[in-house]
Amino acid sequence: MTPATWPRDEPLDERLLVVDPRAGDWRDARVRDLPRHLSAGDLLVVNDAATVPASLPAVTARGEAVEVRLAAHLDDARWRAVLLGAGDWHTRTEHRAAPPPVARGERLRIAPELDLFVEDVDPTRPRLLVVRFLGDLREPVRCDSHRDVRGAALWAALYRHGRPVQYAHVDRALDLWHVQTPFASRPWAVEMPSAGRPLTWGLLGELRARGVHLASLTHAAGLSSTGDPAVDASLPLPERFDVPARTVRAIAETRLAGRRVVAAGTTVVRALEGSARLHGGDLVAGEGTTDLRIDASFRPRVVDGLLTGLHELGSSHRELLQAFAPEPLLARAWAHAEMRGYLDHEFGDACLVLPRLTPA
Amino acid sequence: MELRGAAALVTGASRGLGAAVARRLAAEGMRVVLVARGGEDLARVVADIRGAGGEAHAIAADVADKRAPHAIAGTAAALVGPIELLVQAASTLGHVPLRPLLDTDCEALEQALEVNLVGPFRLAKLLVAPMALRGRGLVVHVTSDAGVAAYPTWGAYGVSKAGLDHLGRILGAELEGTGVRVVTVDPGEMDTAMHADAMPDADRATLLDPDVVAARIVRLVRGADSVPNGARVEASAWDRS
Repeated sequence: MTPATWPRDEPLDERLLVVDPRAGDWRDARVRDLPRHLSAGDLLVVNDAATVPASLPAVTARGEAVEVRLAAHLDDARWRAVLLGAGDWHTRTEHRAAPPPVARGERLRIAPELDLFVEDVDPTRPRLLVVRFLGDLREPVRCDSHRDVRGAALWAALYRHGRPVQYAHVDRALDLWHVQTPFASRPWAVEMPSAGRPLTWGLLGELRARGVHLASLTHAAGLSSTGDPAVDASLPLPERFDVPARTVRAIAETRLAGRRVVAAGTTVVRALEGSARLHGGDLVAGEGTTDLRIDASFRPRVVDGLLTGLHELGSSHRELLQAFAPEPLLARAWAHAEMRGYLDHEFGDACLVLPRLTPA
Repeated sequence: MELRGAAALVTGASRGLGAAVARRLAAEGMRVVLVARGGEDLARVVADIRGAGGEAHAIAADVADKRAPHAIAGTAAALVGPIELLVQAASTLGHVPLRPLLDTDCEALEQALEVNLVGPFRLAKLLVAPMALRGRGLVVHVTSDAGVAAYPTWGAYGVSKAGLDHLGRILGAELEGTGVRVVTVDPGEMDTAMHADAMPDADRATLLDPDVVAARIVRLVRGADSVPNGARVEASAWDRS
C-alpha cells in the first residue's frame, strides 16, 4: 500500500474501509460517513494523549552525533529511550547507521544547558537506554540528582529542543501540531495515536447527535519502529495508561444495553484490554502499565471493534486486528483497498473493523 | 464546579487580576499552572503560592506566539493533569499612551488581536475538546467594558475585547450539552499596572482592588452552572454569593 506523505487538508474526505467480521464482508466509505456505521447507544472511546516532541538530536562526549528518541516517561526526570546513529528521519529507520556504543554514566549533550545522563543500558539490547535530564554542564560529569531537570523546566526543555518522531515516508519536517489529535491532553504519547486524528469536533458532534456516546482515556502510545530488530521484536514496550471512572461507567452501561464498545485506535484496545487483564477480567478505573500483546489468539473482553489505520501484514497492529477479524477476511479487504488506492501509515486512510449489531 | 484538587491554568498570571485569581484558586486547593511572559513577577507569585502551602507551576510563554500553545497545554496537563478550568486574563492595550484609532499602527492592532483574541482562541481550542470528552470544564475569559462602549483612544483594545466576547458566545453555543461552559467576565475598573498605563491620572481610590475582583471570579467559578453557556457577565454580580 502507498503511504500518505503529509496530513491532508480535509480529514473527513479520507477513505474509510468498513469491515464487518460478522457478515464477512467490507465496503468503501469516507470518514465523514462514520456516524452511519455506528448506532445510538454505541460508545466510541478515544485516546486523548498528546504527542511529545520525543526526538532529540544529541552529541556524545566523544563528539559523535546521535538521535535520542524518548520511548516512555518513567518518573520525574527519567525516560526510557532508544538511541539511533547519526542522521535523522530523512533516512529510513532500518537504514540508519548504528549508534556508537554508550556506557552507563555517559552524558549526551542536547544543548549547552541540557544533558541526558545515561543511567542504564539494556544488557542485551544496547540501543535501549534509561536516561535522565540534567541541567548543569559546568559541573564534573557525574550522577547528581540535585541537578535533575524536572517539572515545568523539563517540559520547557523538551518542547524547546524536541521534534516529533517521524519516518522517511513523510515528505517534510513535521511541526508539533501535525501530530496532535483534536482532543490531545496529557503529553504521554511519543508517536501520535493516529486513529483519533480525523475525528474532528464536527464529526464528534454528529456522532453525539446520533446518540453515539463518547469517552476518553489516556494511553502512552510508544515508538512503532527503532531500526534495531532486537528492540523492534519486543515492541510494544510497557506502556502507561489511565482510564477515567466515567469511561469505565460508560463501558459498563454500553455492554449492559447490548451495544458496542468501539476503540478509536489500537492504543485504546491495549489500554482497555490491558486494564481488564490486570484486574482479573474486569475493567477498573485508574492508572496502570501494560505490555499486553494482542494477536489472533486473544479474546477481547471489553472492546467489540475498532477504528484504526490500514496496517500491513507482519506488523503488531495487524496482529491486533486479527483478534477482531480473521486474517483471510482482512487480507481480502486489504487487497481491495490497495486496488482502490487507499493510503496507509499515520496520515493515511482509516478502517473500521466492527461486527454489525445482531437483531435484538 | 468543585475546586479542591482540580487543575487550573491561568494566563496573564504574573500581575494584576491574573496573579490575584491564581493565588485565590490555589488557596481553594486547586492545582494551578501560571502562564506569563516570564521574569521575576511570575516566579514571585509561584513562590508565594507554594509558601502558603498551595500547588503552583510557572510556564514562561507568550500567548501571542503561534508556537506556544501546544507547549503550554502539554506542559500544564503533564504537571497537574487534565485541565478543568482555563482562565484567560492575559491582555495588552496596544499603544501606550493610548491613541485614537486613526493614529494606531496596524501592527499595534494586530498585536492586540493576537494577545487578546487569537491567543485565547488557540489555547481554548486545545483545552476545550479534552474537557468535553471528559464531560466537564469551564473557560473564563476576562473582558472589559471597552469591548462594549465606544471609548475614544481604546480602539485596539476595545475591538479585541469585543471579539473575545463574541468568541465566548459562539463557543458557548457550540459547547451546549457537552458539560463544558464558557463565561466571559467584565471585572470592572481595577487598580492595576495596565490601568495606570491607560489612565495614569485616574484616582486610584475609585478603582477596585484586583484581589476583591479575584474573589468574585472564584465565586463565579463555583456557581458557573447557573450561568448560560457563552454569557458575558459582570464580576460585581458575584460580590456576595
